[in-house]
Amino acid sequence: MQVNEAFTPTIVAFCCNWCSYAGADLSGNNRLSYPANVKIIRIPCSCRLNPMFVLRAFQRGADGVILCGCHPGDCHYSTGNYYARRRMTLLFSMLDYLGIERERTRVEWVSAAEGAKFAQTMNEFVETVTALGENRRLEDFRCKVR
Amino acid sequence: MQRIGVFVCWCGSNIAATVDVQAVSDALAREPGVVFAANYQYMCSQAGQDMIRDKIHELGLTGVVICSCSPRMHEATFRKTCEKAGLNPYMVEIANIREQVSWVHKDKAVGTEKAIVLGRAAIAKVQLNTPLIAGETPVTKRALVIGGGIAGIQTALDIADAGFPVDIVEQKPTIGGKMAQLDKTFPTLDCAACILTPKMVEAGQHENIRILSYSEVEEVHGFVGNFDVKIRRKARFVDETKCTGCGLCTEKCPMRKVPNEFNMGLDNRSAIYIPFAQAVPKVATIDPRYCMMLNSGKCGVCSKVCEAGAINYKQKDEILEEKYGAIVAATGFNPISLDKFDEFAYSRSPDVVTSLEFERLMNAAGPTGGTLLRPSDHEHPHTIVFVQCVGSRCDASAEKGKEYCSKICCMYTAKHAMLTREKYPDTEVYVFYIDVRTPGKGFDEFYRRAVEQYDVHYIKGMVGKVVPEGKKLRVQASDLLDDRQLVIDADLVVLAAAIEPDKSARPLATKLTASMDTNDFFTEAHPKLRPVESPTAGVFLSGACQGPKDIPDTVAQAGAAASKVIGLLVKDKLIGNPCVAKPDELMCNGCSSCEKVCPYGAITYEDKPFRGPNRTTVYRRVACVNPAVCQGCGACTVACPSGAMDLQGFSNRQIMAEVDAICR
Amino acid sequence: MNKKDLAAEIIRISGGSPEKCMRCGKCTGACPAFDDMEVHPHQFATMIREGRVEELAAKKGLYNCMSCFACSERCPRSVEPARLIEAVRVYALRQSGGNHLAADDVPGLLDEALPQQAITSALRKYAK
Repeated sequence: MQVNEAFTPTIVAFCCNWCSYAGADLSGNNRLSYPANVKIIRIPCSCRLNPMFVLRAFQRGADGVILCGCHPGDCHYSTGNYYARRRMTLLFSMLDYLGIERERTRVEWVSAAEGAKFAQTMNEFVETVTALGENRRLEDFRCKVR
Repeated sequence: MQRIGVFVCWCGSNIAATVDVQAVSDALAREPGVVFAANYQYMCSQAGQDMIRDKIHELGLTGVVICSCSPRMHEATFRKTCEKAGLNPYMVEIANIREQVSWVHKDKAVGTEKAIVLGRAAIAKVQLNTPLIAGETPVTKRALVIGGGIAGIQTALDIADAGFPVDIVEQKPTIGGKMAQLDKTFPTLDCAACILTPKMVEAGQHENIRILSYSEVEEVHGFVGNFDVKIRRKARFVDETKCTGCGLCTEKCPMRKVPNEFNMGLDNRSAIYIPFAQAVPKVATIDPRYCMMLNSGKCGVCSKVCEAGAINYKQKDEILEEKYGAIVAATGFNPISLDKFDEFAYSRSPDVVTSLEFERLMNAAGPTGGTLLRPSDHEHPHTIVFVQCVGSRCDASAEKGKEYCSKICCMYTAKHAMLTREKYPDTEVYVFYIDVRTPGKGFDEFYRRAVEQYDVHYIKGMVGKVVPEGKKLRVQASDLLDDRQLVIDADLVVLAAAIEPDKSARPLATKLTASMDTNDFFTEAHPKLRPVESPTAGVFLSGACQGPKDIPDTVAQAGAAASKVIGLLVKDKLIGNPCVAKPDELMCNGCSSCEKVCPYGAITYEDKPFRGPNRTTVYRRVACVNPAVCQGCGACTVACPSGAMDLQGFSNRQIMAEVDAICR
Repeated sequence: MNKKDLAAEIIRISGGSPEKCMRCGKCTGACPAFDDMEVHPHQFATMIREGRVEELAAKKGLYNCMSCFACSERCPRSVEPARLIEAVRVYALRQSGGNHLAADDVPGLLDEALPQQAITSALRKYAK
């Protein structure tokens, strides 16, 4: 492992197709920059996010995972983001129990009109995760090809 | 192994200026499964699309990755291109390197690196893509409208005019609903009967409309385009085909002490009755609770006087089985019961009435023939107190009344006050209000007319109690703007009772698997963008069953619901979204977790045969997803404890592969 | 105590919810002691929210509330004006007598000046 290189965290962002992915597109349209280490995965709804995906990301070496969905009450599928909220709350307490820093995972509601919020959220999140440093607790080094 | 082609778009200089497109295509060419990688100025141009088509033919590509703008922009374009070239359109994945890379990252090295990672993730996903075929289902070109009030009538007329047959199911003996009971309508003050009855007649005579009055929906099965509905035609003990509606039976019937529900119980009717003169269908109905012939076998007068021979005491309920493509709920509303509002003395004095009762007292066809008289002594009231918000806007913990604003009361109270003052200028009219809410075209002007021209006393405050004292009603109330307490000796008190959905709405929603809110109003698919559709595909909402509404709003919504129905029925077949949930039947243990989270009622259970030990057959309960109903949100996939449920196009393995590619 | 804390304290003591008040005035319309009070039930809700508790506590008419609970009974929003009024009285009494009274001291302190209604109200409120 290279030690000298400045630490840039790997961030996985799950965005729902209807609000947050469109919000990310809007921040692109408005040329609002955010760090390049945020990589977005498109899912149909925030309720599609299986908490296992979050664990998988950490296992494979992600340093932070963020879920973005429609604002409560605005879900395209009417109730999906409520399910997502409950599931993530449970995941948070499990991660707490495991001793994983709470700040490494985050849920944010970003609407299709909130390009600025998307960029700002990503900037903040990357900053927070950078400050926390590398995720070593959950990473499975057997998965790493180096 | 897939044979994947990667196409990197420059988007002119939009992408190429901040991403080294050559480096991206070079790097992605080395990914496993990639047999071709190139970059081009505009992939979405005809030349770009031709290039994709040619390469599919030339190299026999089984998967295509396009690194370009957002999939929200051109996913459909590229899917079509591939479909034309003979590749399944769901074998295409887009890596968004414009909105998510070139436009947000200024550093070319950083942008190029991210573009490569996103390309890898898309390639990893395509590796696991499977060809998906959108299901097709036929559409029964016929609609069912449940409820025959103004909402149901308008929806049915609009659908019928477009050329589709419609059935209206109405639980009462006639269509017309609440609007038929009204006197005048705000804000124009035209009479309700004058504008409603022509529509009722039109519905009754329309060649595409069949009215099933005195009927109820018993069972609903099926899904959008293909509903199977059982309708109970309650026995009315009168042959509808023979009855001419002459009304002779209703005059001769000796049982005359039945509270007349059309007049809100303010007078009586006979046991065999026609609700009102303009009823559609104009057919008599025997009320089995009161008919002496049905209860004791002694009487039979109606049968003797009926020249058409329409009376049939042996008639039984009939069950009608019909097929429909779309269902419209238009079940309407009722005023709430005032049992919990003793302070207004509603149960103690006949001179405390609800607004709907007042409507009948003012109506020329009502129990008083249109002369405003007190129900107790039939004298003309000189002081009338109107109380607004009775049971509306209550706190949930108060355990009485409703939390919402009933929306229509401010306007109809202004109407009542105005009409009273116009007909009887010697009457003093007080209106106690909390807020006067008049958003609507011409509404505030209407309310101001009541105050300015008709001199109605609007008082900001609330009635604390009503006590019957002799012939008077002692009303004690507050006047908040003057900070004083008033005592008014009134002759009549009119309560603007909150409205609630009809009692039939909740059981109907269960039958339709349509969702409801805590107040039993039907929930719309989207509160802003899909206000007349239920989340359950093929079920539409019209009128006050979706929320409190006045007549203009109801008619507008009824027309909107009809246009949605027509849009559905005009199709010969429905092409579904193939990205729907699909259970692995071998893994499913039939626990029902998925069914509970599905907002569309797309999941059912079936007992299916499986091979058991020693060549036996074992039946197990497994989940079945109806692809015509599933919208592909994926809520069930996460709820499934055994991991049997997966979402096509966004499968667990595909998303995990993307995660792995990003974190590599 | 500042006004905000004072408002919170009165809400805590009373168990009422002045924030729910929609100023319909049904409480004041129902109040049988209207003429004997300078401040009327609906005003308690607003004034307490604004933290104007001292002002309320100084009113003589405060003790003319008969605790008939008509206002609370009729209130459509569960504001419980009767409890709010009672809480202000409790506050006023504690202010004048300090807040560290032992149960044994009570008999000695009972005198003609202590409003009987306050005691009765307190019993009616806390007995259930």
